[in-house]
Amino acid sequence: MEKLYSFTAHRLKELMAKGEVLPSAVLDQLFARVEKLDPGIRAFVLSNKEKAKAAADNPASKRGKLAGIPVLLKDNICVKGEATTCASRILAGFKPPYDATVAKRLKAEGAILIGKANMDEFAFGSSCETSCYGPTRNPWDTTCIPGGSSGGSAAAVAADETIMALGSDTGGSIRQPAALCGVVGMKPTYGRVSRYGLIAFASSLDQIGPITKDVEDAALLLSVIAGYDEMDSTSVDLPVPDYSKSLARDVKGMRIGVPKEYFIEGIDKEVDNSVRAAIEKFKSLGAAVKEITLPHTEYAVSAYYIVAPAEASSNLARFDGVQYGLRALTEDMIDMYIKTRSQGFGNEAKRRILLGTYCLSTGYYDAYYIKAQKVRTKIRADFDRAFSEFDCIITPTSPTPAFKIGARAGDPLAMYLSDVYTIPANLAGLPAISIPCGFSGSGLPIGMQILAKPFAEETIFRAAYTFEQATDFHKRKPNL
Amino acid sequence: MSAYETVIGLEVHLQLATKTKAFCGCSTRFGQKPNSQVCPVCLGFPGSLPSLNEEAFRFAIKVALALNCRIQSLVKFDRKNYYYPDLPKNFQISQYDMPLSYDGFIDIAVEGGGNKRIRIKRVHMEEDAGKLMHPEGGDHSLVDYNRCGMPLLEIVTAPDIGSPQEAYDYLTKLKSILGYLRVSDCDMEKGSLRCDANISLRPKGERRLGTKVELKNMNSFKGVRSGLEYEARRQASAITDGEKIIQETRLWDADRGSTSSMRTKEEAEDYRYFPEPDLVPFVIERDLIDEVRASLPELPEARAERFRKAFGLSDYDAGVLTGQIDLADYFEACVKIYPNAKVAANWIMGDVMAAINAKNADIRELALAPAALAALLKMIDSGAISGKMAKDILAEAIETGAGPEDIVKEKGLAQISDTAAIEAVVRNVLVKEAKSVSDYKGGKKAAFGFLVGQIMRETRGKANPALVNEILKKNLGE
Repeated sequence: MEKLYSFTAHRLKELMAKGEVLPSAVLDQLFARVEKLDPGIRAFVLSNKEKAKAAADNPASKRGKLAGIPVLLKDNICVKGEATTCASRILAGFKPPYDATVAKRLKAEGAILIGKANMDEFAFGSSCETSCYGPTRNPWDTTCIPGGSSGGSAAAVAADETIMALGSDTGGSIRQPAALCGVVGMKPTYGRVSRYGLIAFASSLDQIGPITKDVEDAALLLSVIAGYDEMDSTSVDLPVPDYSKSLARDVKGMRIGVPKEYFIEGIDKEVDNSVRAAIEKFKSLGAAVKEITLPHTEYAVSAYYIVAPAEASSNLARFDGVQYGLRALTEDMIDMYIKTRSQGFGNEAKRRILLGTYCLSTGYYDAYYIKAQKVRTKIRADFDRAFSEFDCIITPTSPTPAFKIGARAGDPLAMYLSDVYTIPANLAGLPAISIPCGFSGSGLPIGMQILAKPFAEETIFRAAYTFEQATDFHKRKPNL
Repeated sequence: MSAYETVIGLEVHLQLATKTKAFCGCSTRFGQKPNSQVCPVCLGFPGSLPSLNEEAFRFAIKVALALNCRIQSLVKFDRKNYYYPDLPKNFQISQYDMPLSYDGFIDIAVEGGGNKRIRIKRVHMEEDAGKLMHPEGGDHSLVDYNRCGMPLLEIVTAPDIGSPQEAYDYLTKLKSILGYLRVSDCDMEKGSLRCDANISLRPKGERRLGTKVELKNMNSFKGVRSGLEYEARRQASAITDGEKIIQETRLWDADRGSTSSMRTKEEAEDYRYFPEPDLVPFVIERDLIDEVRASLPELPEARAERFRKAFGLSDYDAGVLTGQIDLADYFEACVKIYPNAKVAANWIMGDVMAAINAKNADIRELALAPAALAALLKMIDSGAISGKMAKDILAEAIETGAGPEDIVKEKGLAQISDTAAIEAVVRNVLVKEAKSVSDYKGGKKAAFGFLVGQIMRETRGKANPALVNEILKKNLGE
């Protein structure tokens, strides 16, 4: 029997269109695999076997761009009536009364939502270790982290526990786990995908995006979820191209910039080598590669760790025990706030709420928040300058391959530096993809990041697809 | 005469009467079942996002223009962070450093004539919170989120108000203008208009401001005036006694007629304002402002001016009649049919307003339509009824909704203006009351009044008084 669970969505689509594969067969195989593997990987926090099978039988899921295709959603994306917890105790028992816009669009195109994926609590983390459900494991080495915060989504795609997944990316939360799990992860331009129904971490940085087995699937999934939404006034009213059409195998004459600030101290030698080799590959495929400078890169992490916690401290204020989720039983109101939040949030969430609250306080606001916003403008200006000369920029996605579970858990700063290469795209609102570009000596995946100017997702897909089709990295599977 | 000068600034929160809430599609209807007009957005559910109600935005611009404000070129919202169970997100969407509009003014009439300009520092948009309810004897509180997310405007004056009476006059004028714009029902009892005040004293001639006290919990314009009067006295006597005024928030207790401390400045919260990332700042299009400006109605001052010129009304009458848009509309509708504006004004400001006040009614729903009043006044002029009769007919028309002509017909109230008929009655009375006739002729002028009374009695009050006078005099040989 064919291993349907290992197929890409675009291949399944073809087979289903020809009537050679039934959605229910894919689901049966997939759930059998989840039952077998997930106790070890722990990518799922909710597995919706019965509902998924019912959905597959529903005529509605026989039509659309993703008809019958299983999709796993990160646990911070609301699905009507389904537990959505952000991997936090504070949202225990919360079932949203509405669908996120992306969930609505997936359903409308026939996709089958198979469950919810583990994540760092409220997306605070780069390792999936801050989840209240415990860490997800990297399918390539289960003693390693899968990256984060969309670690569950990336691990599930890598382990063939789902065909496609959605993650969210605030500082690298799609791209970094995609790189560490050897899959494709894309953060679209800020405003390209509606955030309505995504439980906010940092509103000005968050974006939902695809995590898939190859570039073609990423293009397919983005085509479905992208587009203006009147429910999200930060979404942009621009037509959505059919990204699948941008998958040309051609980078001849494409101008690629390689920022020198991304290849400095702290980068793992094997990552450095793999990404440089990938850049050589682009040259051999006809691209014009040149070193560039993005001088404000070094301030990105600092600025990010002011803006993101500041917004988070306000976004998470609503979790107070009044309307939904956890409520600590107490005598009075103030006590209820304190106990509910003390019991409900994990340490990293508390750390970020404190950081953000401090940064926004009278007397510190100008020195931190305003300054950070100015840095943001400078970083965006660096990119604008670069994109006036170059079509895209290539960098490593993460300075290192996956690290051991627990290795950075006690060192927040080391953890924060995991996102040093991915944060600038969020601060500048740019689209960026991570695709596999190599493996370490111990067999761990290495990812490369391709960035382009706002709304130039097509350029990114073209470059990524050309590279992918010229290499075999995406075809390798972990030994499970 | 006090040695101190009172300095007052007012902050008005105005609920805009839009069809839907500020950032979601929920209805804004008042007095509905608790938590029946809510959705994930106004409940602040995880993942929900606000989107600005265009009507609320237009209303805000309307108010800003009517208050002579400058309009910001960029609209930006901020978050005001604080914890309270009636605020589901634990932050309020408001505007901090870039209010929608600023630098406006209202002119109020001052005692002894002339105007005083009260500057308006800012008018900004924000969202309302829900309502906490504390069940009697219960150990818990309940929250009604229906009001949550209703659009509010905050209208803040400069410290230009010099007395509690000026504060009252400012509020009256503000309400008058807002009424013309039809953007809010401005009802303090329903909470659609709320007013907080800042008040401080300083020695006469001193330029620096004294320490201010914020006054809250006033439930009517009169309450604002009384609260401020009390607070001005309290501060004056404290200063006279050598005490220091502390910066604090005090609550007005209307029943006890005094204020008490709620919190001091040290206990005040840090709201950690920052730009609302869920609402993208946008540039206000010039065309939109022009369009809203063009849609502004004639405002009370302009209308009063026109009433003075077109109808020859006094300043006072024009002021009263234009103070409320519906009253002004009523007057204008009436004089279209009945052109004697002064008479119409007197009737409206007298009997009509008395009836409205007595019933606490809305003039738009008054059973006596402007055309009916005009008809009534025309009947007086034609002599068909007397002024005295008109008052009774007016009262009945307001009570029953019947037309004045119908009332006259039905009750046979028509005035007797038939000279021959009156002549007959006069002659009759003169015969009966020969003594009075001789008294009158003997110089007792009061007897004339007695004779008129007798004639009116004979006609059961229906005789045209002017004709009675004329015919009686003629018959008495004058």
